Amino acid sequence: MNKNEIQLIKKGKRIDGRRPDEIRPIDIQVGVLNRADGSCYLEWGGNKVIVAVYGPRELLPKHQQDSTRAKVQATYNMAAFSVEDRKRPGPDRRSREISKVTSEALSGVVFTEQFPRATIDVYIEVLDAQAGTRCAGITAAAVALADAGIPMRDIPASCAVGKVDDTLVIDLTKEEDNYGQADMPIAIAPRTEEILLLQMDGHLTMKEFNTGLELVIDACKKVSEIQKKALLSKYGSSLS
Amino acid sequence: MTEKRTIVIPGTIVGEAGKKKPGMGTFQENNNIYASRLGIKVDKADYINIIPLSGVYNPSTGDNIIGTIIECQLSSWMVDINAPYPAMLHVNQVPWKVEFGATGQYLTVGDSIIAKIGLIDESKKIELSMEDRGSRKIDAGIILDVQPQKVPRIIGKSGSMITLLKKYSNCWIFVGQNGRIWIKGEADKVDFIVEAIKKIEKEAHTVGLTSRMEQFLKERQK
Repeated sequence: MNKNEIQLIKKGKRIDGRRPDEIRPIDIQVGVLNRADGSCYLEWGGNKVIVAVYGPRELLPKHQQDSTRAKVQATYNMAAFSVEDRKRPGPDRRSREISKVTSEALSGVVFTEQFPRATIDVYIEVLDAQAGTRCAGITAAAVALADAGIPMRDIPASCAVGKVDDTLVIDLTKEEDNYGQADMPIAIAPRTEEILLLQMDGHLTMKEFNTGLELVIDACKKVSEIQKKALLSKYGSSLS
Repeated sequence: MTEKRTIVIPGTIVGEAGKKKPGMGTFQENNNIYASRLGIKVDKADYINIIPLSGVYNPSTGDNIIGTIIECQLSSWMVDINAPYPAMLHVNQVPWKVEFGATGQYLTVGDSIIAKIGLIDESKKIELSMEDRGSRKIDAGIILDVQPQKVPRIIGKSGSMITLLKKYSNCWIFVGQNGRIWIKGEADKVDFIVEAIKKIEKEAHTVGLTSRMEQFLKERQK
């Protein structure tokens, strides 16, 4: 994609007026679904994601069970109306990939060995997509897992870093994602800064990669604070 | 209950490993104790525990539970006990003499029972027993599902809350450790108790609940 098609950074400000290291506004609500064990609704810029967590429960079919630990099975799904052109409903190559990487990221923090033979099901539904839905999905799923009372080492947080007009930017918008030079979503465990997910599309030099990683870890920590505040506010208000 | 109650989330530091021991719902890493689940921090004696605010029932040996039969096999039943795993009830563990293949004559799919949890092995295979005195088949009344974490609050300190409920309703109430409650009595009294239990469940993490509940029950009885 030719970067000159559209000028993404003007006078140090991005297309939506943010600074390069600024994340879009995030709003998280915990426990929005009555029938799920844990749930979360997240709005991140234009993204709207709802997550339901069920379990730990028995994993069926039985031959998939692991007698030493639980499986974390995330399912990422985009609603047909979530993008401008109607998305053909059902799983596709992209959503299967995101489901897989999300499951692996979340397995990294859950104490799976406490629930042998079980499964923890995480359903991520993207209702509105405006770039960065896998980060939004992981962020919301982490909150929903904590709400479901699942033992975890930490609450994962996720954010993306990218390169547009030769500048490193945090939390890319749709235009930056489409016309930018690189996009790198990561998920971390904020307490230890352990990396749970790292994918990259496009090209970054080693120096840019290292600087970008530092920037995005800081952004993840900001996301983490919002997650913690949302979780505490569900119970904090009624505690006398 | 005068001690300050703090709500913690997974990954929060709750203590120092040298001074305290990590208890329920916590883990130790690099000389620190961290919370592993969302709950209320309790700092008692040598241990730091987290009382969870949500989550599934975690079975432990000796719990009295209410289960529902989901499958009849030749010499055993499979029972849903509201845990991540179904439990097995063998014919040797029931108070009746059951012929091989005649399990269905005693308990069939859909029947509910009060049973005790016997053995749990490392892969969480659970065995039930109905041999002790309190165990029985449930014949009438209703079964109410509540969050298993709220069961201690519904029972109260040395049974204070459950005694209160029984006193004001004259119902037969049995609270299973797995979050199922069996209530038997007059229909309007049962409705009244269900309402009271829902109130306890909703306000379980607040202070001074028993006295507030007594007031609620008194008002409703008028």
